[in-house]
Amino acid sequence: MCGIAGLIHRGKSSKVGHELQGMLQALKHRGEDSTGYALYGDTDGKNFIMRFKVGENVGEGSTSVSEDVSVYDERKKVVDNYLLELGAKIIKQDRILPYSLRYEIEYDKKDLLSFSQKIESIPGVEILSMGKSLEVIKDLGNAKMVCDRYNLDKVVGTHAIGHARMATESGVDIKSAHPFWGYPFSDVSVVHNGQLTNYWNNRRSLENKGMRFMSECDSELIAVYLAEKMRDGASLEEGMKESLAGLDGVFTYFVATKDSLGMAKDTMAAKPLVLYESDDLVAMGSEEIAIRSILPQEIDTYDPFDGEVKVWQI
Amino acid sequence: MANLKSTEKKTKAQAMGMHTEVLTGRTQQKFFNPDEAENFYYFGTYDVDFNKRTNLDVKDMTAAEANKEIDNLMSQGFGTIVIKNPQGKHSLGVGILNKLNLIFEGSLGYFGMGSCDGPTVRINGRVGWSCAENLMAGKVVIEKNAGSCFGAAIRGGDLICKGSVGARTGIDMKGGTIIIGGDAGAFTGFMMQRGRIIILGDVGINLGDSMYDGTIFIGGQIGSYGSDAVDSELTKNDQDWLKRKLKVAEIGENFDVSKMKKIVAGKKLWNYDNLEPTEKKGAI
Repeated sequence: MCGIAGLIHRGKSSKVGHELQGMLQALKHRGEDSTGYALYGDTDGKNFIMRFKVGENVGEGSTSVSEDVSVYDERKKVVDNYLLELGAKIIKQDRILPYSLRYEIEYDKKDLLSFSQKIESIPGVEILSMGKSLEVIKDLGNAKMVCDRYNLDKVVGTHAIGHARMATESGVDIKSAHPFWGYPFSDVSVVHNGQLTNYWNNRRSLENKGMRFMSECDSELIAVYLAEKMRDGASLEEGMKESLAGLDGVFTYFVATKDSLGMAKDTMAAKPLVLYESDDLVAMGSEEIAIRSILPQEIDTYDPFDGEVKVWQI
Repeated sequence: MANLKSTEKKTKAQAMGMHTEVLTGRTQQKFFNPDEAENFYYFGTYDVDFNKRTNLDVKDMTAAEANKEIDNLMSQGFGTIVIKNPQGKHSLGVGILNKLNLIFEGSLGYFGMGSCDGPTVRINGRVGWSCAENLMAGKVVIEKNAGSCFGAAIRGGDLICKGSVGARTGIDMKGGTIIIGGDAGAFTGFMMQRGRIIILGDVGINLGDSMYDGTIFIGGQIGSYGSDAVDSELTKNDQDWLKRKLKVAEIGENFDVSKMKKIVAGKKLWNYDNLEPTEKKGAI
């Protein structure tokens, strides 16, 4: 059934990694095949942060095929060469796990589409996120396991969204895990709870328009759908409102950009969402216990209605 | 399934359009005899004293532990129990088949007060999805908002939310009364079979979709009507009953009920006839 959570601090930063971990861990009964974080950290905004993977986690429960670490090494080398060819300079690199890397790169061109296409032309390589604030971290296991594995507890930032996944429509692997990057837009990420029933029709249509899909997870469609709307000039909120009619099925989803956080709920309101809103904090999750993990005191919360779209700024 | 037939005899409720048929089928057997005192109590319930009051802090308890402790306190004769720090936990207060005053100082998660029969409950907070599902009797009052599927499949009792509620309020309800002080979401009264829903505020799309019977009263705007939900005349009897009910519910006491809309089933659904499923096969 999956669980989603998100929060945005308005006018200040906080330990969003720690807070989101608590919220997602409270939802682990909704699924712990994989957990993903989209964290909008405090940065100087000069360089891009590229999170990418050169292979899959083939641990317990994974549906991925095992590969030798030397294959990952080879792919990493090709990525490094391609970055040079693209004119991108690696400022800092961390290999958190054999298959998962974080690069801080200096890249002054605006065209992230051809950049991403070049990097992802390497078989087995996928950019999880690209942005000047956004970092998408996702892996198998529950929220605490992923948080500990990637040392996310100390990440400070303004907002974050996350997802605890019970795999139903596609495999137990990182490529099907949420959040999804709003490729090729910098700093856009999406998490979703629900099922989209016109996935293939929309996918075929969007692929014909040049959009890219990396998995067969229906949730990825939302990120691609919104990206295509924004590519054509729509604002985030306009794209989200259009999605209520364009996406068929049951869904509640969150989308985040560098300075905003939004939610949309389908017209049947079949998927849960509880929301807390104050002047300095908005927190929301599939269940109230997610919000209670960071706000244990008595607070006023509510369920957004069917067909509701809301966007908040930092 | 019981055989549904029209009846000549009109009770007051039937005159108000609430129940226009009586059960006369094979399943109408007498399981309950009001002359037998033991039928008023479930096996394993307790004789409690409402003046005997205690607090229970469930902050560090699981829902199962908390529910077990409520049962334990009732066994000691406590008739008024105040639950501290529920903190949005799921499934609190489920399965209470006893007279009891239960007060929650905070909010509940999913399935709070599910499958209860008899308690009087006040929740000084919000409730998540499926609050009081399958309520048989008693009264549950929520001071703030409620999630979706509020009062799903209730059979009886009064379920009151002073704030707003999510989608599918009263889905599949078979009796009792649901009263909402604020707004309600889509599919309110979806497939309801009996009982009454009162919404003082606005309501979303597909109101009363596929309802079999029962009555919905709306004070505000209606997003859209669901399949087979139709308007009906708001009678003097209806207005008197609404005034009385809202007063007892401590909600909307001064609300102008004369302007409320009354929605009932059009009874044009394909299966709304007198045939049992097996008989239907024979007919085909």
